[in-house]
Amino acid sequence: MRLRTGNALAVQATDLTLAYQQRPVLWDVDLEVPRGVLMAIVGPNGAGKTTLLRAVLGLLRPAAGEVLVFGRPYVEQRGLIAYVPQRGSVDWDFPTTALDIVTMGTYGGLGWVKRPGASERSRATDALAQVGMQNYADRQISQLSGGQQQRVFLARALVQDAQVYLMDEPFQGVDATTERAIVDLLRALRADGKTVVAVHHDLQTVAEYFDQVTLLNVRRIAAGPVERVFTEENLRLTYGGRVAGIGGQTNGADAAVFP
Amino acid sequence: MDVLGDLFLDYTLRTVALGSAALGIVSGALGAFAVLRRQALLGDAMSHAALPGVALAFLVTGSRAPLVLMIGAAVTGWLAAVAIVSIVRASRVKTDTAMALMLSVFFGGGLVVLTFIQRQPSAGKAGLDKFLFGQAAAMLEIDVITMASVGALGLLGVLVLWKEFKLLSFDPDYAATLGMPTRRLDVLLTSLLVIAIVVGLKTVGVVLMSAMVVAPGAAARQWTNHLGVMVTLAALFGAAAGVLGALLSTTAETSTGPTIVLVATGLVVVSLLVAPARGLVWARLRAWRSHRLLALEAVLADLAALAAQHSTDATRPHDVAALHAVRGRAIVERALSELAADGLAQRHDSGGWSLTPRGLAEADRLARLRRGPGEVS
Repeated sequence: MRLRTGNALAVQATDLTLAYQQRPVLWDVDLEVPRGVLMAIVGPNGAGKTTLLRAVLGLLRPAAGEVLVFGRPYVEQRGLIAYVPQRGSVDWDFPTTALDIVTMGTYGGLGWVKRPGASERSRATDALAQVGMQNYADRQISQLSGGQQQRVFLARALVQDAQVYLMDEPFQGVDATTERAIVDLLRALRADGKTVVAVHHDLQTVAEYFDQVTLLNVRRIAAGPVERVFTEENLRLTYGGRVAGIGGQTNGADAAVFP
Repeated sequence: MDVLGDLFLDYTLRTVALGSAALGIVSGALGAFAVLRRQALLGDAMSHAALPGVALAFLVTGSRAPLVLMIGAAVTGWLAAVAIVSIVRASRVKTDTAMALMLSVFFGGGLVVLTFIQRQPSAGKAGLDKFLFGQAAAMLEIDVITMASVGALGLLGVLVLWKEFKLLSFDPDYAATLGMPTRRLDVLLTSLLVIAIVVGLKTVGVVLMSAMVVAPGAAARQWTNHLGVMVTLAALFGAAAGVLGALLSTTAETSTGPTIVLVATGLVVVSLLVAPARGLVWARLRAWRSHRLLALEAVLADLAALAAQHSTDATRPHDVAALHAVRGRAIVERALSELAADGLAQRHDSGGWSLTPRGLAEADRLARLRRGPGEVS
């Protein structure tokens, strides 16, 4: 497979529109992700954040819109993208080990029928080490904590050696150790010139963890560098006036979102 | 009657055993995937929906060749699965409703065609009603050969597409992002499940066949945390249940399907209870042990607290009636006798209790441990 990165945006989705039954979930949304940045997708529950990621990945078919990855259609460039789904989207009682889950990240490059061998397993072992989970390789996945499961999912994406990482709530319900490990990992990826787009819930850490932000509530409210876009005004537009005390780069301890 | 001896001599018994082993292996192995993918009820709907296929295949061809009837069964079973998926996708009807609907429609239709055939005067009609509850004794060599060949096809599919089916079962969305055609793989794996079902229909019957799909997988899951081992174990459990049930029913002249299902369910019950790590018995035992250990620690701490009130003589005897009132007499008495056996507590001639010096040290150690590190006292 020949994959090109060229000079275009890492991910460029235009006019994405998607509806369940009559209710629009995404309305005419553009997503523009420059290469080499960490971008957060932020918005209230039901704003379509997960839907946006899934539409970009071709898991949902939008009513309108197109997705380009480095200037070419997504289906041609699939090998450049790695997906980290929400931890709760799978059954962790599946009979297998952490290493085996990470090895699944090599399946895309293996092609049909071929089984993963020693080199795939060694790549998976390296990826586990990158997220600090090398001592848990043979652990049954249901015996891992939530944070450890999240790190296994990250390692599975790392094995793909992609250019763009799409992550759905990587910080959801993880312990402090894992949060630290993920932040370090995101920065390492950026230092390597990779691009990360993550659905993110915690408004207080947006400015600290990410460079770019897309504010979403069915429509795209605003997008761009955090210091310019992540303002109280924009957040009020996004959350419908239910945000108090968050603005710009402030890390206000009194910041709160009222559902 | 020596069944084991006859197994090697008696042609009928050998045929029955071989056929049941084949069906058990196939339904066990493919059923393991159905269990992991939560398709147990889909299996039930498909096996019931196979009945009209059997009846119609006979009606159209006039043949009772096992392959002909299996193909008929597979066609309607598969159609039912497609219908269920389509209904859920196109309407607001939920999956369980769609499954119940299709199960009864196809099964009802099958019964109608079956009674129609029964009323015909032709001689070849006999035996189709056996598809309801199954009959192993009627198994012929041609049945066994057909079951084994069709079943082998199903197993081959799983072996060839092992990693694809594994990922599809664990995380289909992720599989799709890797470029796997998950929709087609899903259809394929479900079709293989149909194969597993039709292989066993004549022996186990449409009514209970789904149990042979689900039970071995459910039992196998209890014993292992490895997919390959689970599928292999499920195949072995399936074979064991098939052979044992078929032989029992042949010698005791009971219905084969129900007998096989009872054996398979027995395997599930045993696995649920005693499988290491997951077995309920061990879980109970662990809970009981930790409960008792906590009670022991609590009484130890109580005695240490009583001793601390009389700083002059830490091993002075105390009346334990107060402890009885707080924790219950039986618990306290058992804990005390265990502490005494460990040399941590002693009973005085007065009937009172106190800790030994070792007991005091142990109570002190535990108190520190429970407070946790980082705290300085």
